[in-house]
Amino acid sequence: MSDLMGYGGRVLRVDLSRGSHSVEPLDREMASQYLGGRGFVARILYAEVPKGADPLGPENRLVMAAGPLSGSFLPCSGKLHLGARSPATGGYGDANIGGHLAMELKHAGYDVLILEGTAAEPCYLVVDDDLVAIRDARDLWGEGSFGTETRLKDLLGEDFQIATIGPAGEKLVKFACITHDFGRQAGRAGIATVMGAKRLKAVAIRGTRGFPVADPSAVLATGKTMFQTIFGLPGFREWTPYGTAGITDWVNQVGAFPTRNFQTGFFEDHAAIGGKAIRDRILVLDKGCFACPIPCGKYCRIEVDGEEVFVEGPEYETVAMVGGNCGLGQIEAVAHVNAVMDDLGMDTISGGNVVAFALECAERGIIKPSDTGGRRLCFGDLDSVLWLTRCIAAREGIGDLLAEGVKAAAARLGGGSDRFAVHVKGLEVSGYEPRHAPAMALAYMTCDVGGHHNRAWAITYDVAVGRDRVEGKAARVIELQHLRPLFDMLGVCRFPWVEVEFPPETYADIFPAVTGVKRSWADLLRCSERVWNLTRMFWVRHVPDFGRVWDLPPARWTEEAIASGPTQGKLLPPATVALLLDDYYRLRGWDRHGIPTPTKLKELGLDYTLTGAG
Amino acid sequence: MSRKLTTTAQACSGCRLCQLVCALGHFDENNVKKAALGIRGSFPAPGRYQVRVCVQCGTCAEVCPVEAITRRDGVWVLDRELCTACGACISACPWGVMFTHPGTPQPIKCDACGDCVPYCPREVLRIAEEAEE
Repeated sequence: MSDLMGYGGRVLRVDLSRGSHSVEPLDREMASQYLGGRGFVARILYAEVPKGADPLGPENRLVMAAGPLSGSFLPCSGKLHLGARSPATGGYGDANIGGHLAMELKHAGYDVLILEGTAAEPCYLVVDDDLVAIRDARDLWGEGSFGTETRLKDLLGEDFQIATIGPAGEKLVKFACITHDFGRQAGRAGIATVMGAKRLKAVAIRGTRGFPVADPSAVLATGKTMFQTIFGLPGFREWTPYGTAGITDWVNQVGAFPTRNFQTGFFEDHAAIGGKAIRDRILVLDKGCFACPIPCGKYCRIEVDGEEVFVEGPEYETVAMVGGNCGLGQIEAVAHVNAVMDDLGMDTISGGNVVAFALECAERGIIKPSDTGGRRLCFGDLDSVLWLTRCIAAREGIGDLLAEGVKAAAARLGGGSDRFAVHVKGLEVSGYEPRHAPAMALAYMTCDVGGHHNRAWAITYDVAVGRDRVEGKAARVIELQHLRPLFDMLGVCRFPWVEVEFPPETYADIFPAVTGVKRSWADLLRCSERVWNLTRMFWVRHVPDFGRVWDLPPARWTEEAIASGPTQGKLLPPATVALLLDDYYRLRGWDRHGIPTPTKLKELGLDYTLTGAG
Repeated sequence: MSRKLTTTAQACSGCRLCQLVCALGHFDENNVKKAALGIRGSFPAPGRYQVRVCVQCGTCAEVCPVEAITRRDGVWVLDRELCTACGACISACPWGVMFTHPGTPQPIKCDACGDCVPYCPREVLRIAEEAEE
């Protein structure tokens, strides 16, 4: 067992081209500077992915990493981070997943799994403590996510934790997702597309060794206090029953709910697809991740053609992107699409965004009946959404083009469709309409994987301090971009803090009990700033013309006012965009093109990025 | 008096906090695989977790050749020093709740300490105490 407290202490590297693996000790300096999880992912990708390497080629790495707090007795320690050079954007890509994978990986004695090369035939990886095997998956190829997980658990044992791709990942759909625990996903940036390109159908992990913590008694005592604190917070009982979808009504009240491909920020049927509708109509079980006292997983059952269909979710993002954004106003319809996308292994955020884009293209005559076999596609029609989803996953007909994502699809479709392709850096924007929320817009513009909300969920700040106000927004976004991804480095979930107001600094209190090292919260945030600058340098390294133009928002937000609802008439003027970016770059210590300055990089110990060396 | 860990009508969310508390309390290790209670998921259908706990029936004690399992304060408790790890109790347990782990030769048995109970966020666990005739 490792003497590095809080860590499994080992890195497992698997070369799928050679069919070999090796085990390396975890680098102590990396643990100190980058902590774990997202930090390890960013550091390893920067060091190991050759400049300009094809995201779908053997040189790309798929890195999975747990954090120092993952798997420990403290709230919501079930988080695993995954990353690769993104096939969706060409830049830095990562995603995060809950469930039990991080715990299992660390119990097997590893913090990091690095996948490199490309297998000649479909395979899956088994990690059973020290036993590592690459096995034939030809008979699993083509199987859905749920079927794959079921079959592997039947074969290997229920106590294996499975991460699998579905058919969409096999077909290299650019927004494929990894599924685990029958409903948890690593959804964004096409990480599963990289897995599909490597012909790796699944990873199955079982660990029994556990991992050392510096002071088990202190972990037990401090962990108990943390859980008791959460049990005593009002949000523990008020938020948990509805989970993330509980916010649907509020997002509509503030006119920020993506509706019919971001044409408007208010969906008239929102009450029929929100958290209460889920709980009242389709809920089976409140399902949680490892060590989670506030289970946001809403495991649901619906009936489709007389058959029972089970799905975890819909969570808020699916409600927004498949519900409002595709115009589906019944929770059963949203859950149905959710189940189909999950089983096909397709991210519901990008999936909902791409389908909505296609629906608008069809309504505007850019996608013609001749492209759809005469089928008429329209918003609010479940059959249209399901048909497009299946075409995309199979790359059939118009689906082959849409499987490339909205940026590439708009470039090929033409007809002005780039004006309503809602993405940043080539990644489809997630579930907030930010035309009247400058901080949220800036969060999307500068998110290090593209159009994703979770690095800086700043819309509450916009609403709190004034939505027309620009001053102070960049500073708040930067603060959130260090704070929120820090959770992804530690290997814990943000929700106790974000949703039930558990003080985040408390994680610094338990850090020494787990790792034996005292780190202040400010010190940990500094590590997060280091990683934020490193992921920016990953873009600089891999994307030749990278700079300010990549941070610009979708045309729809700057050129077209919101069509209806509480934010009707609002847009994000280009002058505001310029002010936000100028302010943001200045506060970050980046130049006016958005490139980190040598001074800033040296200050953060990132000198090595100045030479382009790994 | 008899004492045992049992479940309520509440549904388990599968978080495994009970197992973490159990292993830390009894083995001083952060290792859910060394817990004296089990959780088994049934997914995708019907979508529920089954919590497997010792019912304190005493069958294990009946088959133990060295009397390592004795009744103390209404609970059947395994003395890990006396146990020879013969495995007779594991095969005999009607409920499959004599747990095993590759890192420890002796089985792992619930002693109804109740430490897990307050940390179940779904209130699935409770200690049942009954007077005996």
